[in-house]
Amino acid sequence: MSYKAIVIGSSAGGLAALKELLSPLKKSFKIPIIIVQHISPQSDNYITTYLNNLCELKVKEADQRELIKKGHVYFATPNFHLLVEENYSFSLSTEDRVNYARPSIDVLFETASFAYGEKLIGIVLTGANHDGAKGLRIIKERGGLTIVQDPKEAEVDSMPLNAIKESKVDQVLKLKDIADFLNRLG
Amino acid sequence: MSKTFEEDNKTLNIEIELLLEAIFKKYGYDFRDYGKAHIKRRVLHRLASSKLESISHLQHAILYDEEYFKLILKDFSINVTEMFRDPSFYKKLREEVIPLLKTYPFIKIWHAGCSTGEEVYSMAILLKEEGLLDRTQIYATDFNQNVLKTAKEGIYPIDKVKEYTHNYQKSGGIHSFSDYYTAKFESVILDNELKSNIVFADHNLVSDKVFAEVHLVICRNVLIYFNKSLQDKVLDLLEKSLIPGGYLALGSKESIRFSKSNKEFDTVDDKEKIYKKKLSIKKA
Ligand SMILES: C[S@@+](CC[C@H](N)C(=O)[O-])C[C@H]1O[C@@H](n2cnc3c(N)ncnc32)[C@H](O)[C@@H]1O
Repeated sequence: MSYKAIVIGSSAGGLAALKELLSPLKKSFKIPIIIVQHISPQSDNYITTYLNNLCELKVKEADQRELIKKGHVYFATPNFHLLVEENYSFSLSTEDRVNYARPSIDVLFETASFAYGEKLIGIVLTGANHDGAKGLRIIKERGGLTIVQDPKEAEVDSMPLNAIKESKVDQVLKLKDIADFLNRLG
Repeated sequence: MSKTFEEDNKTLNIEIELLLEAIFKKYGYDFRDYGKAHIKRRVLHRLASSKLESISHLQHAILYDEEYFKLILKDFSINVTEMFRDPSFYKKLREEVIPLLKTYPFIKIWHAGCSTGEEVYSMAILLKEEGLLDRTQIYATDFNQNVLKTAKEGIYPIDKVKEYTHNYQKSGGIHSFSDYYTAKFESVILDNELKSNIVFADHNLVSDKVFAEVHLVICRNVLIYFNKSLQDKVLDLLEKSLIPGGYLALGSKESIRFSKSNKEFDTVDDKEKIYKKKLSIKKA
């Protein structure tokens, strides 16, 4: 299977986890990665700046109507939902919070799965709520691959546990193994 | 399995296209150039909370029952707003735009897509503090009558006040936010003085014409719901509503940079998305 995109959701403890997951990815890694990290509405762009310095891949905030490109890692902007259009571009929305969150992981996962169907990988990492569980189930239902961070390793385990409870996920892995797995995909 | 998903998704998209066509033909509201992912989310949301079987059934319901149409209209118009949303924007407005507006004897401002009015009253407060409220006419428009009704009342839930006070202070407010409202039970009622120069009106940016000639247009967090061609069309309308040298303010994630109207404007502040219409425009 040649995957066309990877979506990742993380919440409490996410920054450290994302650092561990993204920094081993090689410069040649082709598949675009799109991330919702729960974050305070007022925060600036420190996450993307920080990770962009640490990673070989280009890390940036997803802009309104930007085309999704290979070799990029995109982050949802604080206080906006991030949606994937079926022509592989982004759009933003200020609609109400979903699962108490804006950006919401479910919103990203659901729209991305319409765009990419079975060619999508969904990953849920550490966090304290249940955002992402429904989205991951939908990705699975549409033939995509689903991965959850091993709850035993996660800084906060409820988001991984809720995702595992909601649907039969394909893999439960430690961050290091997720990174290895991704690197093997290309 | 995936084949069926792709097939089903294609059919779903056809149903949504037909639904938008039906709404346009029957009610005149044109959502055909709104962002597709957004519209799809809202339609599926409405479908899930109805007892209807498919979007085609929803279409039937909307065509024969205006109440259903009103529901979907509400679904499509995202009304989330707040007072002094993005305080740094209001600060910039105060510092960079207000001093120039002061040079006009009489000022007109248009809030396009004003939702429930919080943005409009924030502007009224700013104008009052700058001594401009008495000589300003504010037009505030939206295509959703429900939100306009709330906007006219200017009554908001009291539990928002803490956040609004914080925003107000960060925006460079020079008084106390509590000077502008009276608390009553679970609500705050904004002062009548703020309302005196505001006209709230129904206006659809997609299908209606230029609204007035104004010195400042504020259209924030509306264009993000439109596709590129509709955004261009609406920006053209906004541009035509401005006097030469007038100002345009967009939402933090919106920009004129890649639009056709770009050449008609100079950038006042890139981050806060404030633009100034050029004084003389050479026609191509
Ligand atoms: C997210 S709110 C923005 C409110 C406010 N400007 C702010 O930034 O806080 C978007 C508003 O645009 C309005 N809107 C959407 N499409 C419109 C149209 N075609 N014509 C006029 N208003 C429209 C919606 O009804 C909604 O109230």
